[in-house]
Amino acid sequence: MVIYVARRLAILVATLAFASLIVFAALEILPGNAAQTMLGASATPEAVAALAHKLGLDLSVSARFVNWIGGALRGDLGQSYAYNSPIAPLIGERLAVTLPLTLLAMAIASGVALSAGVYAAARRGRPGDAVVMGMSQFGLAIPNFWLGIVLVLIFAVHWRVFPSGGFPGWAEPLKALRALVLPALALGLVQAAILTRVTRSALIEAMGEDFMRTARAKGLSRRAAIWRHALPNAAGPILTIAGLQFSSLIAGAVVVENVFTLPGLGRLIAQSIANRDVLVVENCVMGLAALVILVNAAVDLAAAAIDPRLRASA
Amino acid sequence: MSNLRLGIFCVGLLVLAALLSLVWTPYPPAVIDVPHKLIPPSAAHWLGADALGRDVASEILAGARVSLLVGVIAVGIGLSFGVALGLIAASVKGVVEDAIMKACDFAFAFPALLLAILLTATYGPGVVNAIAAIGVANVPVFAKLTRAAANGVLAREYALAARAAGRGPFAIAFEHVLPNIAAALIVQATIQFAIAILAEAALSYLGLGAQPPLVSWGRMLADAQAWLYVAPRLAVFPGLAVAFSVLGLNLLGDGLRDALDPKLRARR
Repeated sequence: MVIYVARRLAILVATLAFASLIVFAALEILPGNAAQTMLGASATPEAVAALAHKLGLDLSVSARFVNWIGGALRGDLGQSYAYNSPIAPLIGERLAVTLPLTLLAMAIASGVALSAGVYAAARRGRPGDAVVMGMSQFGLAIPNFWLGIVLVLIFAVHWRVFPSGGFPGWAEPLKALRALVLPALALGLVQAAILTRVTRSALIEAMGEDFMRTARAKGLSRRAAIWRHALPNAAGPILTIAGLQFSSLIAGAVVVENVFTLPGLGRLIAQSIANRDVLVVENCVMGLAALVILVNAAVDLAAAAIDPRLRASA
Repeated sequence: MSNLRLGIFCVGLLVLAALLSLVWTPYPPAVIDVPHKLIPPSAAHWLGADALGRDVASEILAGARVSLLVGVIAVGIGLSFGVALGLIAASVKGVVEDAIMKACDFAFAFPALLLAILLTATYGPGVVNAIAAIGVANVPVFAKLTRAAANGVLAREYALAARAAGRGPFAIAFEHVLPNIAAALIVQATIQFAIAILAEAALSYLGLGAQPPLVSWGRMLADAQAWLYVAPRLAVFPGLAVAFSVLGLNLLGDGLRDALDPKLRARR
């Protein structure tokens, strides 16, 4: 396990480095582009040069990369051009919305997917299974931001039980949580569609194993055998896919935050694109990518802890 | 009705709508007609008109065009580069294979939509940048699939026989590997097509994809959101169009997999 952990951590560092290179390169392919983009096409060359100098964009490529990564490691991401404030605290503030939102969505997705997946697997080939699979087929097809809009139509416009958007801040925890319910549902239900299918097929595979026959033979009910023996054995693949899905959950949060005008990272990215605040976009995207990469590493380690066979690979 | 037939029906309708919009729409899409703004569905305007008086039915038809275009090009980019990389990895083996596959793993870890946001933020919003970003994100998907499937074919007797007969690695790749993995690639292409349509809708919703006067379902949804209390129907039709297209492509993918590759069906 120690060797596995060490190797996985090495891969983690390499992946983070690669991601930072992608993000950096995207801004780098057209040099001087960031300052020009910020000031617009009508800016004088002198103004662009002055801003480029102020932001350190006139340094050599390697020096800028080292500055950026070095700064990031010290918690200094530079200055936001539009907000005229340091970027790091800005991102921290917005994470306080994005992180709870994704966690809530993940909880909804796992809750729905586990119960629906177990339900369908236990009734494989029967009408209940067909209904669950049909619904998950629809879930796969619905864009999460549209589900968000439809939820607003139903629960905010028609029934007025949830707010249609905005965020009161964590000073009022209950109100804040209420503001997160619809966005988390929009994100979580769409995720649940994929996870339900994975849960179902992983369970069906586990239910065919010999230990299930043994469990039934020693007198366990079918239900108890599924929950106590099949589900833990199916947990590995479910966890792995859930980890991979975290990436689309984060991407989804970026869009859904804009549906509900939640002041999270996604909204910050959209606003910063509108403000042409390229450095903020760069750092937000890197932050979200880092989050995804960290979660994937954590999931791999957790899966290896559950199933020793996984430690041999990777 | 089987998945395959239902899928063909939905996708056929999508293609038909896109083709039809090239020669005919009830009204010219994207033409503003303020006196008729927000009118409810009627015989003259089947799905009503939006806040600027644009005919919704015409816009839905024209939107199919952008969705199809994005899907075809993005999947085309992913297929051509991904299959090439995958075939090289499987044929050359060794360090090259390791390097290509590690790069794909790294790219997988980077959320595709974030890449698209980054590219459009740097180089400006627009449908071309959106297509490029979605296409690039498709490359590792096809590279991984191609390499895994190609390795399976290369281990078979006929591939070994071709090698023994003196055929080079690239001749084998084109004559034996590619025809045998085509089914798996077609199935994956259908699924990536659906994902591309969803991604384009999300990008256009954020204002980073198709720009006016180009009509996009995602953009229609963004416009509709301002009028939720007045004309909720405006937020319904474009979403239904996206869901219908994606559902059709997913069903088509499932159906094709069952029809083309019985081995894959057993694994499900």
